[in-house]
Amino acid sequence: MKLRALRFLLRKEFLQIVRDRTILGMLLIMPVIQLLVLANAVTFEVKSARMYVVDRDHGDMSRGVVTRLAASGRFVPTESSPSMSEADKEMLDRRVDMILVIPEGFERGIVRDHRAPLQLVFNAEDGAAAGVMQSYANAILTSYAGELGAEVNPMLARSVSGGTDPAPMRGHPVIELRRRGWYNSELDYRQYMVPGILVVLVTMIGTLLTAMNIVREKEAGTLDQLNVTPINRSTFIAAKLIPLWTFAMIDLAIGLVVARFVFHVPMLGSLVLIFFAATIYLVGALGIGLWISTVAETQQQAMFVTFSLLMVYLLMSGLFTPIRGMPAWAQWSTEVNPIAHFVALMRAVLLKGARMRDVASHLVALAVISSVVLSVAVRQYHKRSE
Amino acid sequence: MAGRRSALHAFMIKEMWHILRDRQTLTILLLLPLAMVVLFGYALRNDVSDVRLIVVDPTPDHATIALRDRFAGNPRFEIVATSRTGEVLEPMFRRGDADLALLFPPRFAQSLSDGVPTRLLLIGDASDPNTGSTMAAYATAVIASYQAEIGATGQAVRIVPELRMRFNPTLASVNLFVPGLIALVLTLITALMTAISLSREKERGTLEILLVSPLHPWQIILGKVMPYLLLALGNVVTALLAAWIVFHVPFRGSLTLLLLSSVLYSMVGLALGVLIAAVTSSQRAAMLGALVGTMLPNALLSGMIFPIASLPGWLRAVTYIVPARWFIVISRGIMLKGVGVAYLWKELAVLSIMLAVLLIAAVRSFKPRLA
Repeated sequence: MKLRALRFLLRKEFLQIVRDRTILGMLLIMPVIQLLVLANAVTFEVKSARMYVVDRDHGDMSRGVVTRLAASGRFVPTESSPSMSEADKEMLDRRVDMILVIPEGFERGIVRDHRAPLQLVFNAEDGAAAGVMQSYANAILTSYAGELGAEVNPMLARSVSGGTDPAPMRGHPVIELRRRGWYNSELDYRQYMVPGILVVLVTMIGTLLTAMNIVREKEAGTLDQLNVTPINRSTFIAAKLIPLWTFAMIDLAIGLVVARFVFHVPMLGSLVLIFFAATIYLVGALGIGLWISTVAETQQQAMFVTFSLLMVYLLMSGLFTPIRGMPAWAQWSTEVNPIAHFVALMRAVLLKGARMRDVASHLVALAVISSVVLSVAVRQYHKRSE
Repeated sequence: MAGRRSALHAFMIKEMWHILRDRQTLTILLLLPLAMVVLFGYALRNDVSDVRLIVVDPTPDHATIALRDRFAGNPRFEIVATSRTGEVLEPMFRRGDADLALLFPPRFAQSLSDGVPTRLLLIGDASDPNTGSTMAAYATAVIASYQAEIGATGQAVRIVPELRMRFNPTLASVNLFVPGLIALVLTLITALMTAISLSREKERGTLEILLVSPLHPWQIILGKVMPYLLLALGNVVTALLAAWIVFHVPFRGSLTLLLLSSVLYSMVGLALGVLIAAVTSSQRAAMLGALVGTMLPNALLSGMIFPIASLPGWLRAVTYIVPARWFIVISRGIMLKGVGVAYLWKELAVLSIMLAVLLIAAVRSFKPRLA
């Protein structure tokens, strides 16, 4: 590798990037905008559901159910009527997200038998939303049941969800359950997503731009010119990869600043560790870009290949859905997925304060994947330019 | 006129060749939707079925063993560590080796039989809030049933909610995803491919040649977009077939209506693609414009994966101008709910208005280049 040649080539590459406003904008402003939009868009958090009430009991307790649900702020009663078919029509028309059906005899059931059924019909068209709303509704109903228990029978004032009334009956075993969520006690979904989105950003920059950059030279014919110069391939590849690697690292830094000050993502672990891991990870991400540039002839192809590869890798990375919810073969496949390792590492270090030791397995995996990818890509590149 | 029509015909054939010749892109376009149907059908679930539990039990006795056995016997839980002190928690959580910890107080059995309120503590790794809360809820249920058995709650009042998940009883993500996938595929092919292909002709100067040909500008645009429209529809049909055959995704409404709406939606995408190609100067800029202007919003701000109700207010306002948002209501309505025009006219009207506006804008922005 000739250092002098490398220096000149690097200068050319940096100049080309800085000169091109589209690319510069994409490198420096886009990540911030993407982070702001993505962090807010990529969420399964459910804020409020419109609730249609079909109350056939008209008692104090049925009104209590509605008030409790409404008071939580999660459910907004929109309309009510005793007719289920009216409610159905509203749901078909997407004007309500949930139908609450309180059958006749609800209150009598509670007073006499200490149990009473009711029906919750969710619009499962938004699957995730329906699932989350259902767990909210369940929690509210359980706690209301506890309250009603106190009313109906003051001696049994305690429910498992942790009532606060003192003086239980002596001699009766009583368990008081406390729940605590570590690392994200406010259950802020964005804090969980932002570290993952940062990975998406640097990957997009690294892989897509590397692929496009080289393919553009190919399309324009300047690659052939470079290939006939005395510059050897490793110098050429280094000159292509180093600038984009630098920009990806700058983007990571910008992204971390936004994450810290806009989204208040806690940064419990060491930032040095993050950048160290990113260094290794990006070698692989850029290597994939380099590999794509050897198989694609046009920028359009480069983009499609990158796009579909990243899409599959991202979906299978545990970024959006937990890896441990996947079937076994899919869980195995995440072992060779660099995005999965880097996402897990970012989350562990930023949110849980994991140290080098804790994430060593991810670091090793990243190092192995990156070196394999890069050497395959370089070899492939070598073949093509012969 | 006859000559012109055959010129249009020839032009369309040329475009077809452009598409067919690029095997790589074509393969990706045909395989990507299938791959995504498979991924969503098999691999992507939101529920985690096994919870890795740490038990911290300072003074094991018959009561703690009884409760631990309940967790051990429950297929949802796997006890990964048992310890007398809470020191193991932090490192295990940090490494991601455990999800939940159950902490017994000292002398659990004694305090239960004394009838003193006995405190149990559940600590979860809540860095993923949804999974964290769900797992804690599973554990709570186990403890509640134990408590009921030892008579800790007596005959407490219970409200028994009966749940119905209408339109998708099993909450299978593939059922929700396939209608959205149609939108994504249509966008990919119509907006993205058209924008790139037009801007490539522009970059190479071949568009100028076309513009001085006897073809009308609208014929050029028509000839450009028709092959993509056909490709897009073909792709939709394959994805639908795969979803139906492999995953038994329901199809309750009218296929004709879905295809007609797909054509309408595709035309919106094509118009967007033409517009993007007209206002950008290079292939790369067109690509970026199409990615940022169509793909990302159509994938993320349309309710396809992430519910619109979860978005903050300002982003929810943005979704109103995202075409896929309206189309997904239509495709889900037809496929999952089996509703027809009576319920979907509003969405169809919005798409038609979008199409009209975009067409006018696209034609306008093309004019100066003719002069």
